[in-house]
Amino acid sequence: MSAVTSEPADRQDERLQHRGGLRGALADVVARARGGDLGVIPVVVGLVVIWTVLQVLNPIFLSSANLVNLTLESAAVGVIALGIVCVLLVGQIDLSVGSVSGLSGAVLAVLFVGEGLPVWLAILASVLMGAVVGWLYGQLFNRFGVPSFVITLAGLLAFLGLQLYVLGSKGSINLPFDSGLVNFAQLDFVPSWLSFAFAVIAAGWWFVSGYLHAEERRRAGLSARGTLTLVVRSVVLLAVLAFVVWYLGQTRGVGWMFVFFVALVLIMHYLLSRTKWGRSVYAVGGNVEAARRAGINVRAVYTSVFVLCSTFAAVGGILAAARLAAANQSSGGGDVNLNAIAAAVIGGTSLFGGRGTAFGALLGVIVIQSISSGLTLLNLDSSIRFVVTGAVLLLAVIVDSVSRRSRTSHGRA
Amino acid sequence: MTVLSLRGISKTFGAVAALTDIELDVAAGQVVAVVGDNGAGKSTLVKILSGVHPADAGTITFEGSTVEIHSPAAAHKLGIATVFQDLALCENLNVIQNLFLGHEIRPLRLNDVAMETRSWELLRQLSAKIPSVRVPVAALSGGQRQTVAIARSLLGDPKVIILDEPTAALGVAQTAEVLNLVERLRENGLGVIMISHNMADVQAVADKVAVLRLGRNNGVFDVGQVSTEEIIAAITGATDNVVSRRNQRGAQS
Repeated sequence: MSAVTSEPADRQDERLQHRGGLRGALADVVARARGGDLGVIPVVVGLVVIWTVLQVLNPIFLSSANLVNLTLESAAVGVIALGIVCVLLVGQIDLSVGSVSGLSGAVLAVLFVGEGLPVWLAILASVLMGAVVGWLYGQLFNRFGVPSFVITLAGLLAFLGLQLYVLGSKGSINLPFDSGLVNFAQLDFVPSWLSFAFAVIAAGWWFVSGYLHAEERRRAGLSARGTLTLVVRSVVLLAVLAFVVWYLGQTRGVGWMFVFFVALVLIMHYLLSRTKWGRSVYAVGGNVEAARRAGINVRAVYTSVFVLCSTFAAVGGILAAARLAAANQSSGGGDVNLNAIAAAVIGGTSLFGGRGTAFGALLGVIVIQSISSGLTLLNLDSSIRFVVTGAVLLLAVIVDSVSRRSRTSHGRA
Repeated sequence: MTVLSLRGISKTFGAVAALTDIELDVAAGQVVAVVGDNGAGKSTLVKILSGVHPADAGTITFEGSTVEIHSPAAAHKLGIATVFQDLALCENLNVIQNLFLGHEIRPLRLNDVAMETRSWELLRQLSAKIPSVRVPVAALSGGQRQTVAIARSLLGDPKVIILDEPTAALGVAQTAEVLNLVERLRENGLGVIMISHNMADVQAVADKVAVLRLGRNNGVFDVGQVSTEEIIAAITGATDNVVSRRNQRGAQS
């Protein structure tokens, strides 16, 4: 025993293969990918392929102006996809996010423009409406055990009907262009110096938190990432973020709405990975019975997740209405539903539950919006856009299933 | 010193008397094997002790005082931990996450360093052979999963631990691993109730064997002074039974 005491407590088993340092960290990533734990690799590869093809077809695609547009367009669907990620994590589905987002936009427009309420009150009412819808789903699911697929399919129809009713005979309500909400979605951009500051803060914070965590682990006698690995990791992040900010800054820059979306992603990432609630979400998605026996209030977890998903759908609906400066009968209709679900799945969230991250929503929505924006630039009909989006979704699900099989055979769950 | 003792425990399901007048004593640092045929009432007994079903009649004495076990939480609070046959682990979570599931340290900002340190302590205490606690449970063998499930039940510092068929569905080496684990539990001063079908395992680790037959006590034996044949006779209720006849046939030919 005395010979191994210098080893960290978690590295004492002689069967463990481990290479330290930066090279070891890279080797670990490769080994994990080979074992079917693909993480974000398929999305990034897919994104590179899609961007290359679209850029070859139309040189405007990767222009700064178009990418700025792309970020703004992603925010609304991205926020909805974030909610979908949560529902998929517990192994359920919400098919009504499109309708709920449309209804939320309609409620906002009616209260704000029709009734003349202050905008914050209208927003609050819309968001609360979303939360109530989610709570209702949770109750139906917990009390009657109806599959979420059916509950939300019913919701899809019912809330579409409610949206049409709320909008009334006019069928469309315009939001005033001078309102703060429309400004926020269309014209508000982060000043250049502040966007660079955000990039520096993000990279710096990643390093500091990583370093403190490594120190804590070392004090507890566990293995920890080397400082060099941490530095390299943060410098790479800084370079990437700075490049993005600089490139978008060539034209309008980074929109506040996109920053808002990224902030929501970061918050959800924290909640899912660093809190007891997040742990229980993954546990319920992995094995409900085990979660119940471990003393987790499974019903509360389901309810919280449905509430979150519908709330995010409502927020997404508000952003979409603000971006369009109008709420109409087709808000939230068409491909919004499918795009949000596709974004979550493409971002690596498993349809089988228990696997996925908040960042998946960010990456997935960028893929989906790239396809949509690229095909629009090519002046292609929406019929082709639907087919392509459908094909990409199918591809993502196939990647999910195949990597799941590979994970099982490599013993990585 | 007796930790847990049952007197006159009875349980009926409708017209069926699943358990009648059961007695059982478990001392600290003692392994009691509960054996019996299918339908003898072993699982019902486990469920009564783990708080899934309440007993209809009889008294349970735990550490000298009479207690009632109404719910799994109550059993847990008393210090009776149960490892069910299906283990109830989340395959997508790693060993640490499974060990602390539902009892995470610092709920709003998980303290993974403290949880990992404590996980290693627990596993070392059981001399468990798990290479890394940061791998998902899906990557572990059956014996290692059993180890994780037992380690998890130890988190609440129980006095008595109930293992429901811990070696069913395990290979030779893994069975040996789990039996080592049971001995370690005994060395740590826990009372162990082990439900088993496997006479070899019972002979290997148990101190006492309690036989159930058709919901009644059918004898308690000291393992050192009883042969497998005698236990089987008690389980089946006759010296002339299928197993003994088969053995005789084998001896004659």
